[in-house]
Amino acid sequence: MEIYDLTAHELADLLQRGEMTSEEVTGAIFQRIHDVEPDIQAYVTITEEQAYEAARQVDGERRQGKDLPYLAGVPAGLKDVLCTRGIRTTCSSRMLEHFIPPYSATVVEKLAAAGAVFTGKLNMDEFAMGSSTENSAFFPTHNPWDLSRVPGGSSGGPAAAVAAGEAPYALGTDTGGSIRQPASLCGIVGLKPTYGLVSRYGMVAFASSLDQIGPMTKDVRDCALVLNLIAGYDPLDSTSAPGAGLGAVPDYTAFLTGEIRGLRIGVPREFFGDGLDSAVAEAVKASLGKLAGLGAVVDECSFPHAEYSVPCYYLIAPAEASSNLARYDGVHYGYRAVAENGGAYDLMEMYTNTRSQGFGAEVKRRIMLGTYALSSGYYDAYYLQALKLRTLIRDDFNRLFDQFDAIVSPTSPTPPFRLGEKSDDPLSMYLSDVYTIPVNLAGIPAISIPCGYTDGLPVGLQLMGPVFSEGTLLRIAHAFEQDTPYHQDRAPLKRGHAAVSPAGREGGDSHGRL
Amino acid sequence: MAGYNDRYEVVIGLEVHVELHTRTKAFCSCPNEFGSEPNTNVCPVCMGLPGVLPVINRTVLEYALRAGLALNCEIASFSKFDRKNYYYPDLPKNYQISQYDLPLCRNGYLDVAVDGGERPGARRIGITRVHMEEDAGKLMHGEAGTDYSLVDVNRCGVPLLEIVSEPDLRTPEEARAYLEKLKAILEYIDISDCKMEEGSLRCDANISVRPVGSTVLNPKSEVKNMNSFRAVQHALAGEAERLSAILAEGGQFLLETRGWDEASGLTVQMRIKEEASDYRYFPDPDLVPLVIGPELIDRVRSELPELPAAKQQRFMANYGLPAYDAGVLTGSRALADFYEACVAAYHDQKVVSNWVMGEFLKLLKAHNLEVAASRLTPSHLVAMLKLIDQGTISGKIAKTIFEEMFLSGGRPEEIVKARGLVQISDEGELGAVVRQVLEDHPGVAEDYRNGKEKALTFLVGQVMKATRGQANPQLVNRLIKERV
Repeated sequence: MEIYDLTAHELADLLQRGEMTSEEVTGAIFQRIHDVEPDIQAYVTITEEQAYEAARQVDGERRQGKDLPYLAGVPAGLKDVLCTRGIRTTCSSRMLEHFIPPYSATVVEKLAAAGAVFTGKLNMDEFAMGSSTENSAFFPTHNPWDLSRVPGGSSGGPAAAVAAGEAPYALGTDTGGSIRQPASLCGIVGLKPTYGLVSRYGMVAFASSLDQIGPMTKDVRDCALVLNLIAGYDPLDSTSAPGAGLGAVPDYTAFLTGEIRGLRIGVPREFFGDGLDSAVAEAVKASLGKLAGLGAVVDECSFPHAEYSVPCYYLIAPAEASSNLARYDGVHYGYRAVAENGGAYDLMEMYTNTRSQGFGAEVKRRIMLGTYALSSGYYDAYYLQALKLRTLIRDDFNRLFDQFDAIVSPTSPTPPFRLGEKSDDPLSMYLSDVYTIPVNLAGIPAISIPCGYTDGLPVGLQLMGPVFSEGTLLRIAHAFEQDTPYHQDRAPLKRGHAAVSPAGREGGDSHGRL
Repeated sequence: MAGYNDRYEVVIGLEVHVELHTRTKAFCSCPNEFGSEPNTNVCPVCMGLPGVLPVINRTVLEYALRAGLALNCEIASFSKFDRKNYYYPDLPKNYQISQYDLPLCRNGYLDVAVDGGERPGARRIGITRVHMEEDAGKLMHGEAGTDYSLVDVNRCGVPLLEIVSEPDLRTPEEARAYLEKLKAILEYIDISDCKMEEGSLRCDANISVRPVGSTVLNPKSEVKNMNSFRAVQHALAGEAERLSAILAEGGQFLLETRGWDEASGLTVQMRIKEEASDYRYFPDPDLVPLVIGPELIDRVRSELPELPAAKQQRFMANYGLPAYDAGVLTGSRALADFYEACVAAYHDQKVVSNWVMGEFLKLLKAHNLEVAASRLTPSHLVAMLKLIDQGTISGKIAKTIFEEMFLSGGRPEEIVKARGLVQISDEGELGAVVRQVLEDHPGVAEDYRNGKEKALTFLVGQVMKATRGQANPQLVNRLIKERV
């Protein structure tokens, strides 16, 4: 195996044993980035210089015998929705193409304090709205398993980077599946923590009541290690759970016992119905057999309101987004439209042109949807109804968790689709998240792990649990992983069939790299 | 003055915004200060940068509870913040964090009497709601001919209370009295500077008119841009006249926003509201709902200072003051505190009341000063009263000394000494003056002997004149009587 193929904990062990320096590991990762980035296009901004500086700092401290956090010196990538002081944070939008935050997100501060070496900022669907990363205003990212296919989204950049060895691990964000679906499509592990477990401060908001930051890793142990670093109460986030809802944040690696005998796992039949690719269904069902073989008690169950999740989500998320994205108006920062004659627009023209030009089609579509849903006369019929549905969906989960320790489903109804395949069909794109969306609506945690292949493309298994059950989910995921080979597989960076030409992705890899 | 009083009834409701004088802003830890250099009291949160989150300042909640309790409101056990969405360059997020359908306080009241105090004439004015919200920034428009405006974000996120009255006010004078009473209470509970000129207290008024006896609410005018209580009263009087004239002529009312123009003394139309603005309120998902337990309410209630009505009752009971005096003296916390500091050191409470209500308020008004800004101290006033009692100065001289103390902040003994204002109580010295006056006016002395009381007044006056007012009046009286 190459250095870039190793997991974060394997790299950490090399560093601890003194077999490699962080500078060397960092060098190996950047070599990989330079080699494969023309094909993958995962990075919006590469911060090579800062990374080497951080690596040498960690190496210096290690030489001095300083007691360092376990993952110190291991490189990491950040989805470009997380604010980084002094490094541009674009949300893959023209609107913030040149925006350099004066502060860092809490998770970035936490990783930095633990000695992380940041490789750069990773591509995404614009403002995290999308399921393929084709909505990036700059360029689409390609799936390392088949370069003609999408990596999923919105955290397609982080997923592809981890799968291609361009980052040992990354932080993504998940509002309706944006960590888990790309993790599934790229054959890696992705965890959406309980709402409130990880501070949202410094994550550019899409839908505040649904957004969470989480780890995207090569295996479950890395996932637990990264969660250890980012979980916990943050006084800067009012929705952050005091004591992470559990008293102190536990050491999540302590749950990785390999022992899941007697754990009750529910399989909602509604998650295996219409729209589910048969090969994906087969891989997931085979996984259920493996879980049973490990001693878990696997039973069918019902999730009656499953079919309402997508419509409910597509009212609540756009409603919040329409307000969250109102600040991008050209007045204080970010893109501002300028009149063609070079003169000044009046205020209304400036607003209109800035937002028309600065946002892409999907973002505008959702802002309009959300604005409509909140308008007087429609609020009760749409937004309020959606809130009621949200309660019903939460109730469904609560009832299930009276019976089961965890619920399983496919992560995505299909394997990775081709670039351009769904670009003109937003509804079919929205259905990519049909199994992941209920989790965000209920605020519960869920993890996606690789569970097999269809035609050489990865399939993901989703495990969902009650609030603050990350430990249990990691335990099940880890036991499954120990019993299967998928986490050891590496993406072949295979050129598949010629890609369907997606609109607006010519632009290549030269976009504004720092 | 206005003829509309006879046939028409004026209906007024007031919306008051007060800035809370917390140390830091409502949702971040930037200093809450007036008058700083533009864009210096700012951070990513109040600048609305991408990714930031608000965190409620607990003091804002406490201050709002104080106001709610002092205004006799019901306190919600469950409240929340909502986003009010609208685009304006002074609002970096393009939404204001406010409260919509679950305000912290509602259904309160304030007893208001036009001539101050709390007497049978007082009317109970309903308070619809008191809620918390954040202030916006300020725009500074370029000079004429320029094509830009500047934004100062300092005020963004400064905590505000919006206090909305029921349409219970019936005259512009009553509206002003309501504002004065409200301001007094807010100062008593020490939550705001309440300075209209600095914008820490702002008032918009809704006004409509209808025939006496009607219960219909006609389309209202919303009057803005009033920067003093006087302006509120005048603007409402003018608007009441204008609306009455429309009613008298059978004209159509417009639902409109009008601005008060201080220079012309008129309101001018700013815009006509054809449809209600749609602010697309929804619960702010970045802030958790507020659960207000009885313990918190009880604690805040127990920490409330004595309020004007209770203080007035106590002043009447403890100091034997008439209701009017007690009402005036408790009109502001600072004035009441001044009075109480005086009577703690002086026995005659009514005498103190007369000086404070008379000379002190007269001079404050003449110099347009607040109690806190005057240089007169309670101990100086008490020292002056003692000088009168000791016969060192006369009551007349005292008025001169009082003004001097008010202006210079000097001690009365020093002023008396420096200006040679000591009362002449020396019998020998005054006797010589009296003798001279009697010699100069033999006819008047004769008149007095014949029982003409007025003659005595004249003679005393002549002695006072000769001594530049410093003669002890009682002694002069006695000496004249003895010698005539």
